[in-house]
Amino acid sequence: MSGHASAENIGHGSPGHAPAPSTHEQPSSFTFDAQSEAEIGRILAKYPEGRQASGVMPLLYLVQDQMRRQTGSAWIPRVAMDAVARRLTMPPIRVYEVATFYLMFNIRPVGRYHLQICTTTPCWLRGSDEVVAACKAVAGVSKFEEMSPDGMFTLTEVECLGACVNAPMMQVNDDYYEDLDGDSTRRLLEALKRGETPPRGPQIDRYNSAPVGGRTTLLGEVGERSADGQPDRHPDTV
Amino acid sequence: MAKVTVDGIQVEVANGSSVLQACEAAGKEIPRFCYHERLSIAGNCRMCLVEIEKAPKPVASCGYPVMDGMVVRTDTEVVRRARRAVMEFLLINHPLDCPICDQGGQCDLQDQAFSYGSDHSRYAESKRAVQDKYLGPLIKTVMTRCIQCTRCVRFASEVAGVPELGATSRGENMEITTYVEKALTSELSGNMIDICPVGALTSKPNAFTARPWELNRTDTIDVLDATGTNIRACARGAEVLSIQPRTNDEVNEEWMSDKGRFSFDGLRRRRLDRPWLRVHGRLQPVSWQDAFVAIARRLEGVRGERIGAIAGDLCDAESMVALKDLMTALGSGNVDCRQDGAQYDTSRREFYTFNTGIAGIEEADALLLVGCNPRHESPVINARIRKRWLAGNFPVGVIASPGPDLTYGVELLGDRPSALTALIEGGAGFTEALKAAKRPMIVVGHAAIAREDGAAVLAAAWALASAVGALTPDWHGFNVLHHAASRVAALDLGFVPRPGSRSVAGMMSGGVDVLWLLGADEIGAGRIGPDTFVIYQGHHGDAGAARADVILPGAAYVEKPGTYVNTEGRVQIAFGAVFPPGEAREDWRILRAFSEVVGHTLPYDDLPAVRRRLAEVNPVFARQGLPRFGASDLSGPAGNPAALGNAAFGNAIHDYYQTNVISRASATMAECSRILVHPVVQAAE
Repeated sequence: MSGHASAENIGHGSPGHAPAPSTHEQPSSFTFDAQSEAEIGRILAKYPEGRQASGVMPLLYLVQDQMRRQTGSAWIPRVAMDAVARRLTMPPIRVYEVATFYLMFNIRPVGRYHLQICTTTPCWLRGSDEVVAACKAVAGVSKFEEMSPDGMFTLTEVECLGACVNAPMMQVNDDYYEDLDGDSTRRLLEALKRGETPPRGPQIDRYNSAPVGGRTTLLGEVGERSADGQPDRHPDTV
Repeated sequence: MAKVTVDGIQVEVANGSSVLQACEAAGKEIPRFCYHERLSIAGNCRMCLVEIEKAPKPVASCGYPVMDGMVVRTDTEVVRRARRAVMEFLLINHPLDCPICDQGGQCDLQDQAFSYGSDHSRYAESKRAVQDKYLGPLIKTVMTRCIQCTRCVRFASEVAGVPELGATSRGENMEITTYVEKALTSELSGNMIDICPVGALTSKPNAFTARPWELNRTDTIDVLDATGTNIRACARGAEVLSIQPRTNDEVNEEWMSDKGRFSFDGLRRRRLDRPWLRVHGRLQPVSWQDAFVAIARRLEGVRGERIGAIAGDLCDAESMVALKDLMTALGSGNVDCRQDGAQYDTSRREFYTFNTGIAGIEEADALLLVGCNPRHESPVINARIRKRWLAGNFPVGVIASPGPDLTYGVELLGDRPSALTALIEGGAGFTEALKAAKRPMIVVGHAAIAREDGAAVLAAAWALASAVGALTPDWHGFNVLHHAASRVAALDLGFVPRPGSRSVAGMMSGGVDVLWLLGADEIGAGRIGPDTFVIYQGHHGDAGAARADVILPGAAYVEKPGTYVNTEGRVQIAFGAVFPPGEAREDWRILRAFSEVVGHTLPYDDLPAVRRRLAEVNPVFARQGLPRFGASDLSGPAGNPAALGNAAFGNAIHDYYQTNVISRASATMAECSRILVHPVVQAAE
């Protein structure tokens, strides 16, 4: 099955059936860089011979990562989907289907910081409107799906990201920033603009999703054993 | 077998059947959109809901397997309400543009909304709109009408073998698209128009020309390749406005090739609609009588051996038998149908037919293609091979020059006859695959036999078939794939020169004084000697007519009743859908009328008499159907298998869309050729 490479008979549409004009610049080529290549080997080793197409989603993430490294914008141009299809010997359309199905794959360029703001009910009740407003103000955009003029931010409205305990929250690239309000959002974005990477997680005095203001139970001295009888372990990562 | 009760009717269906199939076995109609019996099951339209006893809710019958003792109800209040609800959801985003939709009158959605839907709509909100897609010059899209049954997507990837269509995005935003806005590269793409249950995919060349109820449908046979596809010519008045396949599981299932489907506009262009006579170097319109008299005068005193006749690729058997009888009456044995110079052994029929049968492909378990590109020579047979290949355990070897992707996995064994020798000697690994197979098939194409060593290749292929056990009393694995619709009938009629008579090559360059071309345009008319008097009898002004001294206007295939024999050797009768244009006439009648002028009146006056004559020449023409047969006589065709040449096999077809006078006259085919065969590489977006 070698004939899947696209015959370049693109764009002979009759009037009214013309291809949609692309609203953004598609690069003309894409090749995996050394770092991605190393990663591809690791990913494809997980699948039995002949089932490499299963690796399509990890590879699309890989493309996004490489695009972020190379251009500062984590998105998947069409030529990259073709490259993935070639690598996995699957028809390009099957890659297009996957890439367009999942919202986690950006098929349009995004800003250096992709701000995915949750506006589902718990976050909304806890003030996601303020977060949105702050993002729009700092980024200088008027609506979702828009990229800021300086290319720093793209705002995307997303449904629940599963961090309701720390609502309202948003995801900046791969990291969750939680317990936001208007001010902390503004500070966060300003810091990002300056090129800093503020610590992820809750933006208030709170340990992960532990109660705000410290423990409310198990107030005794932390001994050698915790309440469940196991050696006490304080996770030091999120 | 499982016993299933459907609405009180007990039926027995095979284990693994779907509930829908059981309902059909019980004679119950189940509405459906996404389900198609020749495609995989998607189960996404939900229209086929039925009630099954002990199931808590209605079940989509297309994807639900039967169980013994199952009790199904297809006409309860629950089912009716479920269907109405599904229909209401489908119609939420379907435009109400039936009056301007080409599918109107042949639309599953329209029919089923009428039969199973609600009588009114409760939906007052905005409908979604989808941008139309570009799928090439044959398929017109109105994607807002799409109900996303994904039949076209499944057809493209399963039957056609060109996975270029898909469903992108999701939910409300889901769209059927190629994503890259390029023409589908399938020779079977027109079938998507047939299987689309709504007006999303309609025929671009037919757009806004006719309503289905205005058309007269006539059963006929496609002659643009040698598959013998069963078709239906749909005509309004004197014009054929569309061509659709008929279902025949033995031949084409329900598919047909794009060339056969969309060449019909070529039937209106470049037509020869009156006799012409060359006077002082210029063709002038004349009456039939004058044309006949001019030919008769020229024939006076010409010895039979100086007269020749060549039959083209689109001829019906009736006209060829009449021409052959006429030539015999004139004392000439110079008749030939092999425009491409192919070498056959006509001593036994099995040397030049597709003996395994098209349906037989599904029983084969190994395949070798020799000088053969079925994708272009017969897209429908190629789809059959792909169907077999998808079923698994089907090694396919190819000895041919590199061509397009055949849509199935192949092992390239070489591009010249030496690869065949290697297989016979058993040196190559593929010999083992053929030997291990219980029912191996070898298909020889015309790129292998239309060459100097053609007879040797044919003999070598037979020798290989014999050596690997492809020739047994109950399995005939030797096949010749034709792409000229008239060829097998011509060979059956002995429309080849007797020993001592002239072949096509012998008739060129002044080999004969008078040459009768019956729709023969592919001989390289420039090779005909300058002093040869050429009579062209045919329907299109192409190469043959340009060279002719007399033009006798004949009828194209949809304009005459005719007998055709497909590559399998299956004799099929076609009916005439419309009348030939102007003064053009059925071809055998022209020959019969002319025979009277030269005083050798042919002994038949009507079609039944010609057909009796056909059966007299070769009894196969009286036979109905084509029983499967094995090989009894293992002696091979004439030709020395050792005399193989060393030249690489070429391609029998260089431009799939431009192989005969009809497709060359078709603007649609010209557009396909321009876009798909000779793509202009445009700057990337």
